[in-house]
Amino acid sequence: MTVQNKQSYVADHIRDIPRSGIRDFFEIVQSMDDVISLGIGEPDFVTPWHIREAAIYALEKGKTGYTSNLGTPQLRRDISKYVEKNFGMSYDPKTEILVSVGVSEALDIALRAVLNPGDEVLFHEPCYVSYHPSVLLAHGVAVGVPTRAEMNFSLTVEDLIPHVTGKTKVLMLNFPTNPTGATMPAEELDKIAAFCVEHDILVITDEIYSELTYEGKHESIATRPDMRERTIFLHGFSKAFAMTGFRVGYACAPVELTEAMMRIHQYSMLCASIISQEAASEALRNGEPAMIEMRDSYKQRRNYLASKLNEMGLKCHLPRGSFYLFPSIEATGLSSRDFSLKLLEERKVAVVPGDAFGVSGQGFVRCSFATSMEEIQEAAENMADFIKNL
Amino acid sequence: MEDLLKILEENAQVSTADIAARLDRTEDEVKRQIQQLEEDKIILAYKALVDDDKAGRDYVKAVIEVKISPERDGGFDRLAARIAKYDQVQDCYLMSGSYDLMVVVQGSTLRQVASFVSEKLASIDGVHSTATHFMLKTYKEQGTLYEQQSFDQRLKVSP
Repeated sequence: MTVQNKQSYVADHIRDIPRSGIRDFFEIVQSMDDVISLGIGEPDFVTPWHIREAAIYALEKGKTGYTSNLGTPQLRRDISKYVEKNFGMSYDPKTEILVSVGVSEALDIALRAVLNPGDEVLFHEPCYVSYHPSVLLAHGVAVGVPTRAEMNFSLTVEDLIPHVTGKTKVLMLNFPTNPTGATMPAEELDKIAAFCVEHDILVITDEIYSELTYEGKHESIATRPDMRERTIFLHGFSKAFAMTGFRVGYACAPVELTEAMMRIHQYSMLCASIISQEAASEALRNGEPAMIEMRDSYKQRRNYLASKLNEMGLKCHLPRGSFYLFPSIEATGLSSRDFSLKLLEERKVAVVPGDAFGVSGQGFVRCSFATSMEEIQEAAENMADFIKNL
Repeated sequence: MEDLLKILEENAQVSTADIAARLDRTEDEVKRQIQQLEEDKIILAYKALVDDDKAGRDYVKAVIEVKISPERDGGFDRLAARIAKYDQVQDCYLMSGSYDLMVVVQGSTLRQVASFVSEKLASIDGVHSTATHFMLKTYKEQGTLYEQQSFDQRLKVSP
């Protein structure tokens, strides 16, 4: 029998997932030469040499096997110490920490571990492209909560209230935020925490950009009263230590939740690469000076690009964290997509249309400053020219 | 000040306007600070780092370990300053360990460096001994790798 419609083999909930807006755009950019890209969501630094060297050494020592499902005991101890020192939360390395293949996997297993079909998951928009589909893949209902430019895209309890129902189970947070660079004022974090306790909402917080906080100290919602027991804290190495390709992250949560995530992780991923885990240990032990060096460099580029964008009339706030600027392009009268395409075609500068990160990103574009100072300067000049001649 | 110095140490040619934007200061402020740093001799010089091989220069460089005797007033300083004054001497450091001064000397031929060491350096009163090591190849100088692998292999757009 011949197959009439091969699509019918594909599961319904997969077929319903829309193609990522960023992929579309990516293919256009990829087909062009000499593009200066402000569209890259990863550090332009190569992983610091001492960390790469630790990975090489792991290979030399013959560390090429599986590890415990939860990750090497050594790395979990290092994570425990690091999280305690830098975030002020304490997790038992034996039972409350799981090493994952990047935060992406940690997010996936966290959602799958806690959602029953039909459970609602709140997340603030504009947000990282995988949040919405990850919820759908876990058979949850994705409820985007728009945040506002006038609040620098931080989240308030008032934003949440209209979206909470009897089926709300999870709130996903990502501060500092990709793509907006939003951070949370401490008082607002207090209120969100109290709101979650009051409504018995579980928080999954992705704090991958936390080390890249330029002013003040980053604070995790897990430190707030009664929050540790209802928080799954996700973190990784990609952004702070420029280790995107190592694919290693982790989840910290109370025993029951860690155990639930482990059940999925052990049968799907088994464990993160041992080589990456060895490198990750080195990053946590000795990576701070290099991390600070990179952060200082990002900060200068942020200042530079923000001042240039504001000068050319693309209004944007100075983000306290992440390596993204999210300027409004409303003044140009173009949609995010048209602006990005026109800028790409006419001046060969790639930025990412804001609506790729949710409908509330319409009217904005994401400019990453994780690119060399020289490229940022050239991109800024080209953009200023482009705006002048619109 | 430290952030300003770091930028200039990395690239002394960055314009004051760009430095101002990067550090969130006014350009006048940056200019004033640089001037102050120059006046205070905190910034000593702005120089280009040149790959001699690529520039086709056949320089000979040597590191010389020098043992000298300290003096009652001033220790090693007077002799060190005297040695450092020679144009042939590029760097001169007081060291801990088995010798006292590390002197980097540059010349256009091996003979030239050798005669500088034997005729000038070794003959100075107070210099006891010298040991000369010729440099064969430079891999990294002042924090800059000679063979840079700086191509960006990232995808052009990523989430």
